[in-house]
Amino acid sequence: MLWLIVIVILLAVGAAGFYISTYNGMVKSRNWTEEAWSQIDVQLKRRNDLIPNLLSTVKGYAKHEQETLEKVIKMRNQLVEMPADNRQETMAVSNQLTDSLKSIFALSESYPDLKANAEFGKLMEELTNTENKIAYARQLFNSSATRFNNKIETFPGNVLAGAHNFQKVAYLETPTEEKAVPKVSFD
Amino acid sequence: MLYEQIAQNKRKTVYVLIGFFALVLAIGGAIGYLFMNNMLTGVTLAAVLAIVYILIMISNSTNVVMQMNHAVEIKDANQYPDLWHIVEDMAMVGQIPMPRVFIVEDDSPNAFATGNDPQHAAVAVTSGIMQRLNREELEGVIAHEVSHIRNYDIRLSTIALALSAVISILVNIGNNFFWWGGAGRDRDDDRDNGGSNVIAMVFSILLMILGPLAASLAQMALSRNREYLADASGVELTRNPEGLINALLKISESEPMQAADPSSSALYISDPFKGKASHLFDSHPPIEDRVAKLREM
Repeated sequence: MLWLIVIVILLAVGAAGFYISTYNGMVKSRNWTEEAWSQIDVQLKRRNDLIPNLLSTVKGYAKHEQETLEKVIKMRNQLVEMPADNRQETMAVSNQLTDSLKSIFALSESYPDLKANAEFGKLMEELTNTENKIAYARQLFNSSATRFNNKIETFPGNVLAGAHNFQKVAYLETPTEEKAVPKVSFD
Repeated sequence: MLYEQIAQNKRKTVYVLIGFFALVLAIGGAIGYLFMNNMLTGVTLAAVLAIVYILIMISNSTNVVMQMNHAVEIKDANQYPDLWHIVEDMAMVGQIPMPRVFIVEDDSPNAFATGNDPQHAAVAVTSGIMQRLNREELEGVIAHEVSHIRNYDIRLSTIALALSAVISILVNIGNNFFWWGGAGRDRDDDRDNGGSNVIAMVFSILLMILGPLAASLAQMALSRNREYLADASGVELTRNPEGLINALLKISESEPMQAADPSSSALYISDPFKGKASHLFDSHPPIEDRVAKLREM
């Protein structure tokens, strides 16, 4: 009789331990995706702050590129007004903005004075930095999301995820151009 | 496959470290036997020295190693914005805290990482690497160094460095005894009984002569395999093997370094002295092999 009680207690403790560690593991993975998103968000805001400086620098040199500049300012304002929870849409606009910014960087090739401008050089480095950070944070977001999604979709995690209403995290789409870069997977 | 390699590497590391430590004790024993009449005293001395030295190095390795290699710390993004930003990027995607960043004034392109754990880590690059590599290539190199930090290779190389240093200290002590005479073996009449002692003495002397050589062998063996691993996990961070491939090719085509410290050559991404000795002493696998492995990815 005593043995039976001991066994039951041990099983209960084991089950509770498993439950707690699985639950905490899921919460931790989800926090990682949130952390990665906040990294992206910080960089998006930083870029929004840098763009007006970039445009006022470029304006003086590249008068004939009004259309490109207006496109950039339009997308930037669109991003500023975007509701915070609309991640997919935010990233879609952000990807377009990235492309337009690239064409502004390319302008420096046809305007040597612009290329020589120290302020422009500094802004280029700052913007390249935010662009890279956005790309790497997105990579981090997607790999964290994969880990989280795997946890809540495989057995027995899926039972627990159902009980606590853990939702699958949607991946952030990578711009088509970047997909051309060879992707490595170690799974 | 990568995970198998990591597991295999960890096993090998344990063996080599045990062997390394045994070598330190054996050299200590040899000195004790030859000059202090007591093998155990020597072994104890060596063990204490090794532990103290490892603890000192672990607590302060960044400063020690950086000073040995004439590296200067940069504190913010203003001096080298692109380098600083790349280290930030790689630390973010590698999920480690921002390491300290150092510059070595040397025209030869190279880089290394050191420290104890991801919370106390540092990366250093030469001024030459900043001039010759483009952003993608530098990203590949920094990702390689950040991988050394994430894989705790930096702690291992710190311990190996400390053990090598202890061996050279012990050998120095032995040399002093040899020239100035200690409580010498010859006065120990009652235990001096013929052939077996001569063999023990010869063996002890051999150990002292070959010890430092064995130490550098062990250090090299530890670092070689880890380079492949850091290449692979670095590419996992950048998702861009081409960057690292081009960087390695550029680094291999350049002249040897002037500022590097010989005992830390195993830390660098590529052998700073372009070693001309036999492959046994190479701290790094040949660049062609590394590039070939990266191309397969």
